[in-house]
Amino acid sequence: MSNSILTNDIKTIEFDALIVGGGGSGMRASLELAKSGLKTAVVSKVFPTRSHTVSAQGGITCAIASADPNDDWRWHMYDTVKGADFIGDQDAIEYLCSEGPKAVFELEHMGLPFSRFENGRIYQRPFGGQSKDFGKGGQAARTCAAADRTGHALLHTLYQNNVKEGTNFLNEWFAVDIVKNSKDEVTGVIAFSIESGEVAYLKAQATVMATGGAGRIYASTTNALINTGDGLAMALRAGFPAQDMEMWQFHPTGIYGAGSLVTEGCRGEGGYLINKDGERFMERYAPNVKDLAGRDVVARSMVLEILEGRGCGENGDHIFLKLDHLGADVLNSKLPGICELSRTFAHVDPIYEPIPVVPTCHYMMGGTPTNVNGQAFKRTNGNDSIISGLFAAGEAACVSVHGANRLGGNSLLDLVVFGRATGMHIQEELKSGGGVESSSNDDINASLERLNKLNESTSGHDTASVKRELQECMQNYFGVFRRGDFMEKGLNELSEIREKVNNLHLKDKSSAFNTSRVEAIELQNLFEVAEATAISAFERNESRGAHARDDFPDRDDENWLCHSFYDPVDKKVSKREVNFAPTKVDAFPPIVRTY
Amino acid sequence: MSGNQLEVSMYRYNPEQDKFPYMKKYKIDKPARDIMVLDLLHLLKEEDESISYRRSCREGVCGSDGMNINGKNGLACITPISSVLKKDKIELRPLPGLPVIRDLVVDMTEFYAQYEKIKPFLQNNTTAPEQERLQSPEDRDKLDGLYECILCACCSTSCPSFWWNPDKFVGPAALLQAYRFIADSRDLETVERLDELSDPFSVYRCHGIMNCVSVCPKGLNPNKAIGEIKSMLLKSKKNIITSDGTN
Repeated sequence: MSNSILTNDIKTIEFDALIVGGGGSGMRASLELAKSGLKTAVVSKVFPTRSHTVSAQGGITCAIASADPNDDWRWHMYDTVKGADFIGDQDAIEYLCSEGPKAVFELEHMGLPFSRFENGRIYQRPFGGQSKDFGKGGQAARTCAAADRTGHALLHTLYQNNVKEGTNFLNEWFAVDIVKNSKDEVTGVIAFSIESGEVAYLKAQATVMATGGAGRIYASTTNALINTGDGLAMALRAGFPAQDMEMWQFHPTGIYGAGSLVTEGCRGEGGYLINKDGERFMERYAPNVKDLAGRDVVARSMVLEILEGRGCGENGDHIFLKLDHLGADVLNSKLPGICELSRTFAHVDPIYEPIPVVPTCHYMMGGTPTNVNGQAFKRTNGNDSIISGLFAAGEAACVSVHGANRLGGNSLLDLVVFGRATGMHIQEELKSGGGVESSSNDDINASLERLNKLNESTSGHDTASVKRELQECMQNYFGVFRRGDFMEKGLNELSEIREKVNNLHLKDKSSAFNTSRVEAIELQNLFEVAEATAISAFERNESRGAHARDDFPDRDDENWLCHSFYDPVDKKVSKREVNFAPTKVDAFPPIVRTY
Repeated sequence: MSGNQLEVSMYRYNPEQDKFPYMKKYKIDKPARDIMVLDLLHLLKEEDESISYRRSCREGVCGSDGMNINGKNGLACITPISSVLKKDKIELRPLPGLPVIRDLVVDMTEFYAQYEKIKPFLQNNTTAPEQERLQSPEDRDKLDGLYECILCACCSTSCPSFWWNPDKFVGPAALLQAYRFIADSRDLETVERLDELSDPFSVYRCHGIMNCVSVCPKGLNPNKAIGEIKSMLLKSKKNIITSDGTN
């Protein structure tokens, strides 16, 4: 018996702009659009304040010249370019760093409860990879913070202001697939209400993928359970490309065993890492800035300590983060959330004992390629060509401001700067008559196929066990250190997993709040992202930023000072040039990256 | 029951199949180490995929998985089973007082409506400076214990006054947020905010039984915030009386 849903069976709900995802970038974009009077909706699979932005801790990095009145956005730009190991686009990084202060002050005006200095200005703390005077003036303190709950404060502030502006929310609606017309323009998404099971075509002139990261492709991650790369996967399935997918950041300090994030702000406030001998080993790997080197550098150093037998604990498989010397006052006022998490998940009180930590998958530097306006693009005859109707922002997008390694505190800035820019651009485009042609019923039917197949499944594989297989495979073969022959094994495993993912068995076919249906689709999304990651990682024959190859230990600027560009149709990786043409400053040429 | 198993009794209700909700018993091997209630739910869902519950961050900051665990509201993801097990048994129910959508998932519409009612956003109509508005660390400290709320609804759904009047009594969670904006030196609508809470229901249905304080997974104290609002309301009334010279 077939229960296939066709276009005529479902409702079409029409908007000017549709934002998929209710995290920081999505709600910053929607705020801009709601104020403009365009008919805007945010469709989010969770109530917006449950989005993963809420877990960001340490802060939002921006040259607002509070801690240091002489701070300069160009110094921030230099740090970001260097942190990215020189494959971040410099026009985009320039936009991020120079527009940043405006975006941060706006957040403050909206009510974000930033911590404060004595003079009443926003509190800023040091984070990794920050310098003054283009790397020559020592450590900077550039990360604006609301204690160690900056993401929570930011997300709630954005939600509150969207309430104020009357934004439409389709909460607990889950977007399944992109709908595109015969001209390859995006005209909206197929989505269903998780609460009732009702399926609808959400039609829009502009569709923004603000769906965040996909850290759940790995077994060990700081990411929320909902971080399944839905928007990126939808784009890949629609045949649209992804950029720099091999670049995954492993955060040095995830709580051992639990994966929960322990902010870099701990080291910014003066904490440091020790091995089983009590040695502050980062002094050996990064003699100048020690524990505040780039995250990729610190994570690799930790793994080397463990591999060389200096790991802590019974099995020598983790590292200690020492904070007790900071004293109870500093810990309670500056890092209260960390104290709470450590007690709950590591059973240690950082006021007295070090926290057991291990490098943990944290952030996807790659994503749907976009320009600074959030417009997604593909490659046609070696040139970028805009995909009409499709936008991306935040972790789901690759602008690219993070290149091969993101600096701490730059993700929250990315969300608000490019969420805002995307909102502003859509407004301009739609008000000047831009838009897309409607999709036909056949186009819409095509986007219903995956959901129909799952709903009609009578046998096949079990979601939970296939997910575990996928996560183990990615963890084993595509982790902190990578090697060609191992990755080949991983790719073979992935092609077996592909078969299973395509044939999942949804046993529970009920409509009301059926989370099994959601989880099955999420697994399919994870798979698309994992496959793009694996193929891109296998192709890049060098070590750069977060991508560390045992078999190609050096950076190779001659061949790889470029983006990797993954085409999901033929599963091939091509190269795309990096932008070295900022407009307000001279470009920063690649140098050897040491800390 | 054998000594190495746990018994989980779970509230089950699927509106498409069940006329009435019922408690279903599951037996599961005792985990080798202490795990969180949320981990336990994951294990059960692998056996019975029809079980439905909300979850997201799994570290106590998103507020998705509030539920009633052995009679007390809490977040499944930061509640170790060792802390709630009674004779190797654990009982899981949805948050009380709200309509159940399915199993452990409640309809939070009324809860969010109260939140929106208190105008949960900073109001300041003065022209914003080019940079941030200044705030002293002492003034900023006044927001501690207030802004950290994660809207999990554990407090409001443990409050009999909220069960009784969810449409008229604002409830501890939203009142905590009301006070968060009253206490913010940058917000200029204190008088308005108090005025909107001055009816017999919005605040005054709180009788200080402190259930909200005892269940808050973030260790916040809505009761104290409500007390502050009540005394501000009293003071503002007194001022009106004296300035008028009338009763």
